[in-house]
Amino acid sequence: MTPELKERIDNLVQQNKIMVFMKGTKLMPQCGFSNNVVQILNTLGVPFETIDVLDDSEIRNGIKEYSSWPTIPQVYINGEFVGGSDILIELYQKGELQQMVEVALAS
Amino acid sequence: MISPQQVEAMIKAELPDAQVQVQDLTGGGDHYQVTVVSSQFAGKGLVKQHQLVYGALQQAMSTEAIHALALKTYTPDNFKQTV
Repeated sequence: MTPELKERIDNLVQQNKIMVFMKGTKLMPQCGFSNNVVQILNTLGVPFETIDVLDDSEIRNGIKEYSSWPTIPQVYINGEFVGGSDILIELYQKGELQQMVEVALAS
Repeated sequence: MISPQQVEAMIKAELPDAQVQVQDLTGGGDHYQVTVVSSQFAGKGLVKQHQLVYGALQQAMSTEAIHALALKTYTPDNFKQTV
């Protein structure tokens, strides 16, 4: 990964308290896993930013290396990689995601 | 495309004590739901637990032999609580 690409991803995850790398957009997710993540965050009613990796092959490949995580979507809260669809669902069901989000938005 | 038996074997090669359940969601051999129970997950967060499984399946993931993988990981103690 080039230093420029790493800096670009660094900026995205640091400037947005909740940042989602996904396939498609909030309104039109292009994959069931990406849709899961959007629906959960919508249910929590919190502001979040998304980037469509289908529109940006550099990010699409770079983000997998950035987090050592092979799949999309990827969710970052307060600059930290939290997980993909399965982990988000689990954290939501346990009530832990709500806490993480509240802490992030209050900071 | 990859068989459920291959998926299970790849995971067990990396996590020998693992109990693995593999479900082919579409019958097409590329959309899988996998549940893994292993003592090696103890003390690790979910990201690390999933990374262990992704690591075992790295070849199949990167060649897109597996297109989609829904993953659930448990330690033996956690798994008992779900049953």
